[in-house]
Amino acid sequence: MANSYYDPADLRKFGKITEWSEELGTKFFDYYGKVFEEGALSAREKSLIALAVAHVVKCPYCIDAYTKDGLQKGITKEEMMEAVHAGAAIESGATLVHGVQMMNKYNKLSM
Amino acid sequence: MEKSILPKKKPMQKSLKARDNELAVTNKQLQILDGGPFADGELPYFKDKIGEIGHFPLRPKKLEILQINVGYMCNQVCEHCHVDAGPDRKEIMTRETMQLCLEVIKNTGAHTLDLTGGAPEMNPDFRWFVEEAAKAGIKDFIVRSNLTIIRANKKYYDLPDFFKKHNVHVISSMPHYTRGKTDKQRGDGVFDKSIKALQELNERGYGMPGSSLRLDLVYNPSGAYLPGDQMAMEKDFKKALDEDFGIQFHNLFAITNLPIARFLDYLIASENYEDYMYALVEAYNPAAVANVMCTNTISISWDGWLYDCDFNQMLDLKVASKVKHIKDYNEDLLNDRNIIISQHCYGCTAGAGSSCQGTVA
Repeated sequence: MANSYYDPADLRKFGKITEWSEELGTKFFDYYGKVFEEGALSAREKSLIALAVAHVVKCPYCIDAYTKDGLQKGITKEEMMEAVHAGAAIESGATLVHGVQMMNKYNKLSM
Repeated sequence: MEKSILPKKKPMQKSLKARDNELAVTNKQLQILDGGPFADGELPYFKDKIGEIGHFPLRPKKLEILQINVGYMCNQVCEHCHVDAGPDRKEIMTRETMQLCLEVIKNTGAHTLDLTGGAPEMNPDFRWFVEEAAKAGIKDFIVRSNLTIIRANKKYYDLPDFFKKHNVHVISSMPHYTRGKTDKQRGDGVFDKSIKALQELNERGYGMPGSSLRLDLVYNPSGAYLPGDQMAMEKDFKKALDEDFGIQFHNLFAITNLPIARFLDYLIASENYEDYMYALVEAYNPAAVANVMCTNTISISWDGWLYDCDFNQMLDLKVASKVKHIKDYNEDLLNDRNIIISQHCYGCTAGAGSSCQGTVA
């Protein structure tokens, strides 16, 4: 057992989750593979979305995987950083929009 | 000024050989490729992997391509170079060896002649050799030009005209359509010189839609990752080069970097070696095995030795045949051989496969 919660080498073992639940694991990976194929959105666009979400959910495995995926797809570092900002803006916006709730409550309780 | 966390631009390096790097000894490279996760049993050896689908020993098919390396001298010192080429490399094919090659070219069943290096144009007998070889009437005559050589020195300025005169098919490296990525891999100023050279080739008709003067580009990743989808990359390259510079070209070949020579040195130094080997093995595509380039190619070194491919040449793995040198060349005997493989071969079977002509599966 590793003495830290995250080990970079675990990323390449991701597929092994299927060993303990074959049906669900297989269904997940089939779905996952299908999602990232070229569609109405290009595989390139989806890779950037995945990178932004990876940061928002703060998943080090996903950041590792989608930085590499972006490089493989020829995505530049400027594009990657803009995607991260898009994710960060939504995340901070999601926090700040709750400020309205705070204002409502404040006003309701104040004379 | 704030200190950047980005790596500093490296000055132009010397070859591994000139630096007396231990990887300049090919045995050391082979030891590394046989060791690590392969020796630990974590990853399968290439021979076992292709054995699963009945391809071991790997055997040649009909010979289609003669690839001649006319020397390791180059005007660039690219960080990923599997040849370990550079200005300090003095291995150059002599006219005498070229004569032997010409005899083979006249009589071969191969339809493609592929000249590579180093920068092949730096061989002092390069032009003579192209003129003579062109007379043999081989169907597809390729010169792998790094583009910057065309702008490196006045004596090379007329190369586009020379290529055109002999109907040479030009295949050139272009790591990316942005300046930053190109210069990081190949050195400062490489991008601008490459753009200028491509424009000059376009002016002669090279790479234009419908033109018989073929101009293809080679893309290989600038780091420890595999190339993306060749078609998607070609689309991105075409759009960017056309919009930004009005440049046209025919096809883009996406080539995987093989873990040998300077790229191996980089992988080890950057602690990416193990992950890269895992990535190659994970991307193994059995459908690519039947068409790997060593099954239809013979590689000839500057000093006339014969190899299964340019990579085996750099690992000094001569063909497993009675015929090992161009002076004894015999196509039938050569075609009856087992191809020498090691773990670097996973580079040619990853994803859609990889060869000097791009994907194979």
